[in-house]
Amino acid sequence: MTQTHRLAGGQIDRSRTLRFSFDGLPYLGHPGDTLASALLANGVRLMGRSFKYHRPRGPLSAGSEEPNALVELRGGARREPNTRATVVELFDGLEAASQNRWPSLRLDALAINDRLSSFFAAGFYYKTFMWPAAFWEKVYEPLIRHAAGLGSLSGAEDPDSYDKGFRHCDLLVIGAGPAGLMAALTAGRAGARVILADEDFRMGGRLNAETFAVGGMAGADWAAAAVAELGALPNVRLMTRTTVFGAFDDGIFGALERVSDHLPEPLPGRPRQTLWRIYARRAILAAGATERPIAFENNDRPGIMLAGSLRAYANRWGVAAGSRVAIFTNNADGLRSAIDLQAAGVEVAAVIDARPDAPPDAPPLPGIRHLRGAEVIDSAGRLGLRAVTLRHANGRTEVLRVDALGVSGGWNPNVNITSHHGSRPVWDPAIAAFVPGAGGPRGLVAAGAAAGALSTHGALAGGQAAALAVLGDLGLGARAEALPEAEDAPVSIVPKWHVGDGRGRAWIDQQNDVTVKDVVLAHQENFTSAEHLKRYTTLGMATDQGKTGNVIGLAVMAELTGRTIAETGTTVYRPPYTPVALGALAGRSRGPEFKPVRRTPSHVWAAEQGAVFVEVGMWLRTQWVPRPGETHWRESVDREVLATRRSVGICDVTTLGKIDIQGTDAGAFLDRIYCNTFSTLPIGKCRYGLMLREDGMVFDDGTTARMGEHEFVMTTTTANAVTVFRHLEYCRQVLWPEMDVQIISTTEAWAQFSVAGPNARRLLARIVDQDISDAAFPYMAAGEVTIGGLRARLFRISFSGEEGYEIAVPARYGDALIRRLMAEGRDFDAVVYGTEALGVMRVEKGHVAGNEINGQSSALNMGLGRMVSRKKDAIGVVLSQREGMVDPGGYRLVGVRPVDPAGRLVAGSHLLEQGAAAVIANDLGWLTSKVFSPHLGSDIALAYLRGGEGRIGQRLRAVNLLARPATETLVEITSPHFLDPEGERLRG
Amino acid sequence: MIIPHPLLGPRDAQEFVYLGDASLMNRPDGMTAGIEAFHDWLYQRDNPAGIHRELWYHEQGDRSWLVVTRNTLTHEILGAELARDVARAMGRTK
Repeated sequence: MTQTHRLAGGQIDRSRTLRFSFDGLPYLGHPGDTLASALLANGVRLMGRSFKYHRPRGPLSAGSEEPNALVELRGGARREPNTRATVVELFDGLEAASQNRWPSLRLDALAINDRLSSFFAAGFYYKTFMWPAAFWEKVYEPLIRHAAGLGSLSGAEDPDSYDKGFRHCDLLVIGAGPAGLMAALTAGRAGARVILADEDFRMGGRLNAETFAVGGMAGADWAAAAVAELGALPNVRLMTRTTVFGAFDDGIFGALERVSDHLPEPLPGRPRQTLWRIYARRAILAAGATERPIAFENNDRPGIMLAGSLRAYANRWGVAAGSRVAIFTNNADGLRSAIDLQAAGVEVAAVIDARPDAPPDAPPLPGIRHLRGAEVIDSAGRLGLRAVTLRHANGRTEVLRVDALGVSGGWNPNVNITSHHGSRPVWDPAIAAFVPGAGGPRGLVAAGAAAGALSTHGALAGGQAAALAVLGDLGLGARAEALPEAEDAPVSIVPKWHVGDGRGRAWIDQQNDVTVKDVVLAHQENFTSAEHLKRYTTLGMATDQGKTGNVIGLAVMAELTGRTIAETGTTVYRPPYTPVALGALAGRSRGPEFKPVRRTPSHVWAAEQGAVFVEVGMWLRTQWVPRPGETHWRESVDREVLATRRSVGICDVTTLGKIDIQGTDAGAFLDRIYCNTFSTLPIGKCRYGLMLREDGMVFDDGTTARMGEHEFVMTTTTANAVTVFRHLEYCRQVLWPEMDVQIISTTEAWAQFSVAGPNARRLLARIVDQDISDAAFPYMAAGEVTIGGLRARLFRISFSGEEGYEIAVPARYGDALIRRLMAEGRDFDAVVYGTEALGVMRVEKGHVAGNEINGQSSALNMGLGRMVSRKKDAIGVVLSQREGMVDPGGYRLVGVRPVDPAGRLVAGSHLLEQGAAAVIANDLGWLTSKVFSPHLGSDIALAYLRGGEGRIGQRLRAVNLLARPATETLVEITSPHFLDPEGERLRG
Repeated sequence: MIIPHPLLGPRDAQEFVYLGDASLMNRPDGMTAGIEAFHDWLYQRDNPAGIHRELWYHEQGDRSWLVVTRNTLTHEILGAELARDVARAMGRTK
């Protein structure tokens, strides 16, 4: 293919040629092209199919507002759907493909939807997929999901990285057109720290697309000179390819920089995109304006585009979108397109000017038919425009053979970011468009076209004035320099939203296939408010967020309801301005880097032993340690449990939260934190404590030791280490600041190991310097010891039900301690046990853990009601006495065993009387935790059971309704203490 | 949002954990108040569209609990105090 539609001029580098492909066919373009400009240069204007009706579509615009020309970019894992060809920067080797068509773009099977369009009007989904209800999941949802969406994802992991960054400035200027450049120059010259961001790869905005002069030179040249001056200022940062997509609180703006999107793949070490958080003391929105079309029948054919875009392709990219064109306009700006195209050598067949009396100040159109008071009423051409039908002011119709039509319905200021905090744009009849309303984001002002100043002079003056105001606010002196000379043509517009009576199909929102007819239907069915209109018709809900269509839809609704557009109002814009990839929002937080990993002090040793690890919050803990020949995790876990109960087992419990609590009120403080009493705890002893929330439910549990008169060491569960610490800070700062108590988390400071089993004391006696005989260090003793002179803490506590200790050393000695314990433990066949064996032993012993402390259970539910002391004020005690929470028939913790020892239990199964139907009314409770007990040789479980204490010895059914078909097991209710209920093992 | 920490200056809200209505500071005395009083204190809270005093915790910072006065409509922050100072001013002293 050759570049048949390439004109002279433009800001492309003709010295280099780039090869690219679209739907497998090869084409040529130049640096500076977008994919859309290059395709148009090659005579390709069919670029996609519409969402609902699969209508053939080409580009409507030349910018980020594009609704139609959406393509899949790149191949393999880098394939990216729904990219706008109008902003894709061409690079050598670029591969693009059309989407939402099958088998090909030219011949699309689902184009049948277009013939069936009368069935697919607004509200089609709501009306059609109603009945029968059984069809919702099985038929309708798969059907809708299949038809929905445009492009498809690669399904492969994204090979690129995304980054996040922070930037700070005095002034953020959003948009580098004439207003933005003038604002940045004014502030930059005055010494302010300025960031100038523009979504385009070439700064200059509309100046790059126009022919008129600024300051005596071509507008694009003035822009280039301004950019060069700004680039030389050390206090100014230029960010091209950067879309400021949202205004957030306190002057924080979100910006997406497409660092590598213009390259085949990112350079080594560079991210694909960077998400910037820009902290700006002030911001100027100089985002320009977006042209809007006029709706008429079949106004969506490839070749029909915005008039300003038609001339942008000619002026900036040297591309004629057609060889014989016409312009349909309701305002003076449309005439510029005709003049520029004619000057570029394109034949202009006619200017169809909807204004009945085009004002005399309109520029002369030498040699061009200027049809005042005429309008386009239809178009023809299956895969691209062949002709338009127009109706003259006198009613006569005429068919005009053209292959491109530029449409201008006026320009909408890009107010989007001004309404990100809820400010509603207001209607300005002078330019027939919405302009920024009051109460936008603090510190942000709009300038230039974004503020409704639609001439070049207006933009330059607005940018300068806004910057001077900012400089004044910030106390930086500056004077108004003379502005460069520029055109200052007034806006001459006669509003015209659509042609015809609304019976034919005239497109408003081209991406979502919303027509004037759909708005009429919404009106008939009383969805007349702006918000209802949007949701009923999907107007403005596609990836382009209605940048070209919203205002027309509102205007049509205003006509139908007899209200003004101002009365009809508009929906409020929300971030993002243009789509932001989820990869960019995630940044580096993906895969193993999704969150930090915390490793226990014995991790290296355990890894050497081939341990299997499990994620517990951020921690990696040893789950079990398989030995050679063990093929199933149960073999390893059963062995670890039995070896611990027979001799001695060691478990890394460093992950439990550890909090040092000191101060003269430490004991009294703990009395208020725990529902049981700690102030009476003797020095050198520890005690099991139960913490409630204020609503009376159990919050956390653990043992706390008294190391001195005013010093305690608290342990929390692994899961709640952070929240308990936060809670303690809350209690001591907010509730009881009068108490003398200081706390610090020492979870990371101490490596702590549980040493449990009948030989635990003998093993520890080999390494601890002090006497730890039963007499010297009895059950629940706690204290400072030494290991070969090294400072250590020893607690005689047990979670497993065996005689047990926890020994803690400064964290950096944790690796040495596990190696020493295992070396000394060889004589006792010591094992390391993981979290699975830990779980088995705690269920055998009937200790509660996370499955029981589920946020909905009280001390009474857990069988710990007697721990709640009424003699003192503690968190949660009062509300734990609420009527519903002290119900004698309420849930109680029980043990569950299958009557047949070979019977299987499933956690989550519900308990029911024998013979009772498995319905909620008969539900008695559920199995919270289930393990296989090698000690008992059967499955066992803990359960919450209504009236549990009174049901011990009963036989019930454990029913698992999640299995298909449902399974059930006959069970016997027991005490939750399956092992050693008297605690003889603990005391050794 | 940026929270003006009374000790550390302006800090990003992401460093903080939000708790809620600062009326939680008025905890009844568990030895004298009954279930009704506790219930009202814990559950009956205002949800104003406008000025709201609320508790924030500087978890990724100096662990201070703050009372932040915020306009829930605009997110404007009108002030921040150490909760400890507020509580002491309410009479929580020895």
